[in-house]
Amino acid sequence: MAEMNLVQAVNSGLKCAMADDEKVVVLGEDVGLDGGVFRACEGLLKQFGPKRVMDTPLAESGIIGVSAGMAVAGLKPVPEIQFSGFLYMALGQLINHVSRIRNRSRGAFTCPVIIRTPYGGGIRALEHHSESMEAIYVHTPGLKVVIPSSPYDAKGLLISAINGNDPVVFMEPSRLYRAIREEVPDGSYTIPLGKAKVVKEGNAVTVISWGSMLQQAKLALKHTDVDVELIDLRTLKPLDVEAIISSVKKTGRCIIVQEAPRTGGLASEIIALINEQALLSLKAPVSRVAGFDTAFPLYKLEDYYLPGTERIINAIEATVNY
Amino acid sequence: MASKVLKTFTLKYLQVLDENGKCDARLMPKLSPRQLVELYGLMVLARRFDEKALSLQRQGRIGTYASVLGQEAAQVGAAFALRGSDWVFPTYRESALLIARNQPMARLLQYFGGDERGSIPPKGVNNFPIAIPVGTQGLHAVGAAIAATIQKKKTVAVGCLGDGASSEGDMNEAFNFAGVFKAPVIFLCQNNQWAISVPIKQQTAAETIAQKAIAFGFEGIRVDGNDVLAVYSATAAAVKKAYTGKGPTLIECYTYRLNNHTTSDDASKYRSEAEVAAWKKKDPVARMRKFLEGKKIWNMKKEEELLAKADRQVSAAAAEYEATPKADAGDIFRYQYEEMPGFLRQQMDDYKKLTEGN
Repeated sequence: MAEMNLVQAVNSGLKCAMADDEKVVVLGEDVGLDGGVFRACEGLLKQFGPKRVMDTPLAESGIIGVSAGMAVAGLKPVPEIQFSGFLYMALGQLINHVSRIRNRSRGAFTCPVIIRTPYGGGIRALEHHSESMEAIYVHTPGLKVVIPSSPYDAKGLLISAINGNDPVVFMEPSRLYRAIREEVPDGSYTIPLGKAKVVKEGNAVTVISWGSMLQQAKLALKHTDVDVELIDLRTLKPLDVEAIISSVKKTGRCIIVQEAPRTGGLASEIIALINEQALLSLKAPVSRVAGFDTAFPLYKLEDYYLPGTERIINAIEATVNY
Repeated sequence: MASKVLKTFTLKYLQVLDENGKCDARLMPKLSPRQLVELYGLMVLARRFDEKALSLQRQGRIGTYASVLGQEAAQVGAAFALRGSDWVFPTYRESALLIARNQPMARLLQYFGGDERGSIPPKGVNNFPIAIPVGTQGLHAVGAAIAATIQKKKTVAVGCLGDGASSEGDMNEAFNFAGVFKAPVIFLCQNNQWAISVPIKQQTAAETIAQKAIAFGFEGIRVDGNDVLAVYSATAAAVKKAYTGKGPTLIECYTYRLNNHTTSDDASKYRSEAEVAAWKKKDPVARMRKFLEGKKIWNMKKEEELLAKADRQVSAAAAEYEATPKADAGDIFRYQYEEMPGFLRQQMDDYKKLTEGN
């Protein structure tokens, strides 16, 4: 077992999946010799050769559309989209085709495309490199959406995603790529999709988050005495409804922390679920700490936008003192 | 320093049968009399099916339908050069291609009758469901073709498109990927000259669609799309090329959409009767019939038998379609994922409880 950061864990996950199943292929811009711009694909070309690790032309819709055809024909393509801001170019392929192929062929064809893409702010990046638009994919029937918040989870979730037969949008928090290191097994292991993780048990308030915001919530806990139960969703679709509801029933209070813009984000859906299934357990309104309904700012102003410990602590205190 | 011509290009055009059914023996593909009759029979069957589908639509028994009238040769000719294990990624105007690929006609009606089960292909036949978003399916063909090379399978993938689709970004990305990966793919373009109401001249300033392939580094050819033998011949050559690792081909079948765009459209609003009449004279089915008669392998009696058989098959398909019970509500939930997630099961169960209680 070695200590790995998140991007190394993703790399290790790809290597394990490719070694275990020759149907797994990686394609995208600069994934070959360059190993991907964040190096998540480092060494894959050397280990698995150019038939299974393909540098493609610079065309995101092409990458996803070609992946769809490969998947239909029996491969397990794992395309990398260099930044999630460029995945929009492929939304037609993703929403019209990848997500629907199993259904529209009534199971005659399947389309297990595992789209990896970095997302989120906090890395002082160029414009269009920092958004958190996961709600688009969560809203699309037929897709699964995964966002890990730690190296260990990233590897286990990625291998699970590749082992399955459904299309998955696997969003990697670029801010966490090199921020945390932890012990990660060298060999293959899986973490089931659709299962949240209770990061810290508590009784006063449930804090739900995912991706890089989970780490902000974790930091916030160091600055408050409130007995918080912290839940990492890990899979955004399908949501682990049971984990959310049982925690909220226990604590009676809930805050959702999302990096994405406030309106129409996943937090809204979680609040609706709590409303439907745990309303009478609530002692305070469920609140959201979220990005603003603004375009993501250029990097000098990004800390204004990004929810941080201060806003999270403020929300925790307001909720327990309601 | 230099100022010189760096590249020029040439483009082939192929016609085997002229408008009067006269054939150029030197260009004749190797097909037995039985196969020639089979090609003709498939075109006739497709045309009868098309008429039936339009009639069912008018009666409200299927939904919007896109007629293939006038394009039978392009579709049947191409399908005839393929094996079941080859892939086709069709558009919404591909009934003749799919019939020639053994897609049951009852299922074609089922799809246009609003039932996804109509897209299920026969076992062992790689007919992908038709693409409604224009120009998106070329990329799937390229993906399936690249997969075949990785899997070392002798398979070609056919991506269908029309003249309108040649403008789409996805289609151009497909051409580009195909060229770069030297994929065993055939782009089967039916240039029927009208994308709903927009004529080819407003679609592209290029004289042909075939020549676009050259810019992407592979071969393009224009064929008389109303000549089933030319289309077959060009497709068979492209298949052979693909099987032997020589990469993609773009086949532009120059043809004409004799009917409206779909049953929701009135083409008389935007094109002249004279133009349509001129193309009717180039009819692909009549042309092949004249050819067969000239070869003395066809006569009135055989024609009557063929028509009667086609009508029986089409009627049987329509009857089968109409006798197919509507799927239960579970059908819309069942195929979203490999295993139905809890949230979907809940939605399905809640709906069933409500409706079954009535």
